[in-house]
Amino acid sequence: MGKCINDIQDEIIEEFELFEDWMDKYEHIVEMGKKLPVIDPAMKTEDRLIDGCQSQVWLAAHLSDGKVFYTADSDAIITRGMVSLLIRVFSGHTPDEIANAELYMVDRIGLTSHLSPTRSNGLLSMIKRMKTYAKAHLT
Amino acid sequence: MKTNIVTYAPNAPIWQAYRNDFSILDRDVNNKPLAYLDNAASSQKPNKVIKAIVDYYEQMNANVHRGVHTLSQLSTDAFEEARKTVQFFINASSEREIVFTKGTTNAINLVAYSFGRTEIHPGDEVLISALEHHSNIVPWQMICQDKGAKLKVLPINEQGELCLDQLPSLINKKTRIVAISHVSNSLGTINPIRQIIDMAHQQDIPVLIDGAQAVPHLSVDVQALDCDFYCFSGHKMLAPTGIGVLYGKDKWLNKLTPFEGGGEMIKSVGFEHTTYNDIPFKFEAGTPHIEGVLGLAKAIEYMLDIGLKSIKAREMYLYQLAYERLAAIPGFKMIGTAKEKAPVLSFLIDNLHPYDIGVLLDKQGVAVRTGHHCTQPVMHFFNIPGTIRASFSFYNNEDDILQLDAALQKAIKLLS
Repeated sequence: MGKCINDIQDEIIEEFELFEDWMDKYEHIVEMGKKLPVIDPAMKTEDRLIDGCQSQVWLAAHLSDGKVFYTADSDAIITRGMVSLLIRVFSGHTPDEIANAELYMVDRIGLTSHLSPTRSNGLLSMIKRMKTYAKAHLT
Repeated sequence: MKTNIVTYAPNAPIWQAYRNDFSILDRDVNNKPLAYLDNAASSQKPNKVIKAIVDYYEQMNANVHRGVHTLSQLSTDAFEEARKTVQFFINASSEREIVFTKGTTNAINLVAYSFGRTEIHPGDEVLISALEHHSNIVPWQMICQDKGAKLKVLPINEQGELCLDQLPSLINKKTRIVAISHVSNSLGTINPIRQIIDMAHQQDIPVLIDGAQAVPHLSVDVQALDCDFYCFSGHKMLAPTGIGVLYGKDKWLNKLTPFEGGGEMIKSVGFEHTTYNDIPFKFEAGTPHIEGVLGLAKAIEYMLDIGLKSIKAREMYLYQLAYERLAAIPGFKMIGTAKEKAPVLSFLIDNLHPYDIGVLLDKQGVAVRTGHHCTQPVMHFFNIPGTIRASFSFYNNEDDILQLDAALQKAIKLLS
């Protein structure tokens, strides 16, 4: 049995508590962005694209053994870092867990501004799409 | 009204005094001093403009052109005096040619709709350029679609300049109007609009100029330009948001039918027939943005007091200073290298995404614009996702530029 969604969120919050200033925090996000596996360019299709005004996000999802797995990418590295965090939280859980999860970690690590509609980096729509996919596969 | 006696040196101490008129520049952002370099998106407002708005509400608030009571008279006088101020500012031949709008976008839509309704027919053409802001593309696209007309586009070159040599082949008997920006918002290119207007007029084609990015930096004379329409916004030139101007030649404003119907724009209304008011009121349906108009007039007075020549020299000095510092950063690439430029510096650093840079600059108190700047066709032309755009106003100073430079270097280090 893997960790539940909230355990992962708490783990991330703890991780971010170590950073003393914004530079360290963003360095960590950029690192995560770099480590996120690059997705096959062929997967970057129009239907997987979330076109933010500032950066673009591609999101793909599939169901395996009753669990949802997400892969995603972005053209901006900070957005990729954020994408990587969201995948870490949601990927590998059941549609029911994802659909009912409350995403509190972003606020707690002080990155809420990245999810504001005005930032328009595509992340807000990405979360919505992650949830929608889960809801569509509820058993 | 345009000639000031003193011309200030671009680095004279007086500029600090002008900067002090902008209280917002004293605030911190993310615990850092604010370096506001997003002036092409919207300028800050001097205290005199803010005070003009407050004074209006505290001393004369009443609807204009309506009542015989004292306050209504006061506000009407101030409102119409403001129209004169705008007339002098752009040297229109009459205040009747000054229509107050919500902004440049609203002004362009007004012309596209009113002009398009009677002057554009199936098979006709509208000519714009590849440099245009979305607001000088989409309204024309809409009217062309409605009318079965075609939108033609004057291309740009690698420097971000209009390919003027292609203009003769794009203007023909089917062309009904040419709509071109005076200054490009994303690249800062100053377009040779005088030449374009002349070439269009040789074939009796009217020209609309989108002047949103020009009025904050350049002295505009609509009679010397001989343009048929000139549109601009208040908020980019120290005035409040929600107020803009459409200048239209008397003959055109008289000829065109109104954009919107309502109060204020009529002479008499019956259920069978309505007669319209004279220009400019015919195009100003409903209660206008009175405090916006008064704020705009105050902003113009403020700019003229400093002197447009001094402002221009100051801004180009800051632009040049920023360019020299940033150009020394490895990987710096300026987008838009036109010979004639406004103080707008659009650039990229290697393959770093503008969004990433923008986020990290913001963390360091530096406000710039990142992205496509509402000019997606320009970004497609250069095959880039967007740019980082630092744009300067006379109230910026050397420290703002040093802060931008340092913050940018820090961002690059973090991202590389």
